[in-house]
Amino acid sequence: MTALLVGTPAEPPVETAGRRHGAGLWGAIRRSRKAQVGLAMLFVFCMFAAAPQLFTSVRHPNDVAFPPRLPPSGAHWLGTTALGQDIWAQLVYGTRESLVIAVVAGAFATVLSVLVGVSAAYLGGIADDGLSMFTNVFLVIPTFPLIIILATYAGNGTLPVVLIVLIVTGWSYGANQLRAQTLSLRNRDFLEAARVRGERRSYVIFAEVLPTMTSLILATFLGAALYSVLTAAGLQFIGLGDPNSISWGTMLYWAQNQQALQTGTPLWSIAPGLCVALLGASFALINYAFDEISNPALRPVRGRRRARG
Amino acid sequence: MLEVRGLTVEYATDSAPVVAVKSVDLDVAAGEFVGVVGESGCGKSTLLFAIARLLSPPAAITAGSIVFKGHNLVTMTEKQLNALRWRDCSVVMQSAMNALNPITSIGAQFRDVADAHMDWSPAEVEERSTEVLQMVGIDPIHLKSYPHQLSGGMRQRAMIAMSLLFTPDLVIMDEPTSALDVVAQRSLMVQIKQLQRRLGFAVVFVTHDMSLVSHFSDQLLVMYAGLIVEAGPTRTVFDTPAHPYSRGLLEAFPSIRGARTPLTGIPGSPPDLARPPGGCRFHPRCPVAMPECAKIEPPLYTVGLAQARCLLHAPERASLSEVPS
Amino acid sequence: MRYVVRRLGFFALTLWAALTLNFFLPRFMPGNPLQALRARTQGRVSSEALQQMLTSYGFKPHQNVVSQYFAYLGNMFTGHWGVSIGATLGQPVRQIIGQALPWTLGLVGVATVLAFLLGSLIGVLAGWRRGGVLDSVLPPIFVVTSALPYFWVGLLLILVFSVWTHGWLPNDFNYDTSLQPGFSPGFVGSVLQHAVLPGATIVITAIGAWILTMRNNMLTTLAEDYVRMARAKGLSDRRIMFDYAARNAMLPNLAGFAMSLGFVITGAILVEYVFNYPGLGYELYNAVQNTDYPLMQALFMLFTVAVLLALLLCDFAIALLDPRSRARA
Repeated sequence: MTALLVGTPAEPPVETAGRRHGAGLWGAIRRSRKAQVGLAMLFVFCMFAAAPQLFTSVRHPNDVAFPPRLPPSGAHWLGTTALGQDIWAQLVYGTRESLVIAVVAGAFATVLSVLVGVSAAYLGGIADDGLSMFTNVFLVIPTFPLIIILATYAGNGTLPVVLIVLIVTGWSYGANQLRAQTLSLRNRDFLEAARVRGERRSYVIFAEVLPTMTSLILATFLGAALYSVLTAAGLQFIGLGDPNSISWGTMLYWAQNQQALQTGTPLWSIAPGLCVALLGASFALINYAFDEISNPALRPVRGRRRARG
Repeated sequence: MLEVRGLTVEYATDSAPVVAVKSVDLDVAAGEFVGVVGESGCGKSTLLFAIARLLSPPAAITAGSIVFKGHNLVTMTEKQLNALRWRDCSVVMQSAMNALNPITSIGAQFRDVADAHMDWSPAEVEERSTEVLQMVGIDPIHLKSYPHQLSGGMRQRAMIAMSLLFTPDLVIMDEPTSALDVVAQRSLMVQIKQLQRRLGFAVVFVTHDMSLVSHFSDQLLVMYAGLIVEAGPTRTVFDTPAHPYSRGLLEAFPSIRGARTPLTGIPGSPPDLARPPGGCRFHPRCPVAMPECAKIEPPLYTVGLAQARCLLHAPERASLSEVPS
Repeated sequence: MRYVVRRLGFFALTLWAALTLNFFLPRFMPGNPLQALRARTQGRVSSEALQQMLTSYGFKPHQNVVSQYFAYLGNMFTGHWGVSIGATLGQPVRQIIGQALPWTLGLVGVATVLAFLLGSLIGVLAGWRRGGVLDSVLPPIFVVTSALPYFWVGLLLILVFSVWTHGWLPNDFNYDTSLQPGFSPGFVGSVLQHAVLPGATIVITAIGAWILTMRNNMLTTLAEDYVRMARAKGLSDRRIMFDYAARNAMLPNLAGFAMSLGFVITGAILVEYVFNYPGLGYELYNAVQNTDYPLMQALFMLFTVAVLLALLLCDFAIALLDPRSRARA
């Protein structure tokens, strides 16, 4: 869960003007093994989410349709739950909710991060102080207890509630990073040129500053997506989610509820957890690959002994 | 004292290796001040770090020898090199703000190199540190200061003081004045020259500023695209540059006293070292290039007291034409 | 000195913000939990205790919001945290917290610091030996482990080391409940035994991120000029690695450590839940299950204070290590 920190180093490396970077960046991504593995996993999950019917014959995975506690077999690849549901089917159908959470919460949180972070750095002065203080307060307040409390007060944890809660607590880390990067860019010549041309501030921000930060914004998105997936799973696991929904977190909740590990259906617990882990890992791998690409000092030294000159 | 022969440095890349320094020969006698001049990216810093054996991957020495006081540095192990480091040969880098450890005091940085090589007592270390700081004109109270607390000029001088801690025979300097304003530059150069005369060490000085170094150096080498294109006594190279590139460099500086002449730069830009031009590497930009320049790679020809890597000076030609002015 | 004042100021401000959030949340959320509170405890808690608890939360219906707010703040700072209305009805919140705190500090605190120190050390070595085995094999592995959910790792460990081995390592509670608490070797042994799996869960999940960030910082630092200068000076490898590289690379890591404490708390809650370990996280879970608002609010405040304290400590550590930050203040 601390994978967010793996993302960008403390002093974000500054890139040259974004326009030249395009082709080189994508080529490098495609060549990186870590990125390939991460993207492949992500692709598989997207397939599951988009067309679950292709991967399992069960149409309503939450229906109690089978004998309970069956071990894995040809008919039920991962066996059945203590209540008589096909584990594999639940897993496949559950992908959708996790992916939705990752993308939606991740995207909105990133948008917030960009708005607050870039504005704070660009506007400077009192606006910067105020926004930074605001960001730091959210950053430091322990998010999980806050989420727990918010979710409890809101009643039960339906998807919109979970999403809002994740967005509200997940944006502050990225905002800090983006602010740091924007600060280092603020006095660059190409921005000065735009200012001298008389461009409006909003134009400068959107058309000049943001394109040079695409890789950091992407890294922020991946980090926020990772955070959302893990935290949502944690919330649902504890029982704050919607117990009737079809998702990995809910599977984990019921599995724990029914003592799956101790009563002979460990896959009920392990499988959805593994999926959460793999989805999270795919984001983390892609993020790490980005890091290597943008910071030359981190690139893997292929099979050379550390020569000293 | 220092004899470099055929030194070649390559950078490993995903495709073919890039040759940053090709077949460089260099001689430094005891107490001599050698200047190495060239544009950014010509390989002069790489050459310097190669000589000091400070290259790190992906750069590596792939050919040549560096014989320093009788030992070939290329074949020595790290342990053997460490024994030599700083005692016989020290290094001064371009930006002291980056070259000094930002979180320890100046005095602590003097101390750690002293502890690494000598058996001095703390009092002796402090005494010597004070001595070298005074030599460069810095109040010894700054032994307790941190690098960010000193001005740019003071930091550079502190770095020079540190390099003289053991009175080495050779001090290698990588553009130590580039980060300073012109006034500080000159005063630093004067100071370096004074120290050199006083303590007798040799200097290899790398810079892009030809006019600056030519006032102080005994020998001048001009580098272009990884090759030495001209080498010789400073006066000779300065007054009668034999290579069109050196000539171009000199003509880019106005004379403060002479008649007003239109400035000519050198058109074009330095070649991509991953794909250097065939034949003479300078020929695409050379105002006096000949057809054979694109095909033959010239070696260093002797031209009076100096040497130049230009086909204009090939012995067969000497009888045919004069060097155009 | 100004630096200290600024940091303390930030501390106070954030704490105030958290407390204010805590105060206004129940009033803005749907479902009026305060009514529910009264409804739940009707008859089971004496009306005086109920009144005291409500007022400790600033809920004096005949007073305006502002004075309620200040009364609430006062109560928070003086430890009048009210009475639990959950499973342990009537028990003072302060007592519940006092019992649970040492266990969380011991388990989560120790495991997290261990993960940080060990991870940083491994990261330093991995970064130093660029291109070696440690450096090429481990990073991808740790990228994955750092993305694993805490609770899943816990479940896995329980499965492997507890269920499959028929109870070789315990997976429940913090010590054998048949033993008497005290400093006897039997008791201490039992405590340690019960701490192995939950502690291992935390270390396994948290260490990956530290190794990776430290390694990356090391690599960036090793590319710096002053490291090359240190090599030029002929200093020993160990000297360069620790005094020049690691000390500089550590600084952003320490800052990151402070930032990550929010996640540490998340992990603590989940791990304690999975292992039924009676620490503060477990209490929070119980509080949520039983809609025990007083306990929930006190815990939230405590967690915030903990994170802020750690942040402050890290800041001071950085100030100690980095003379430039002292100058910047």
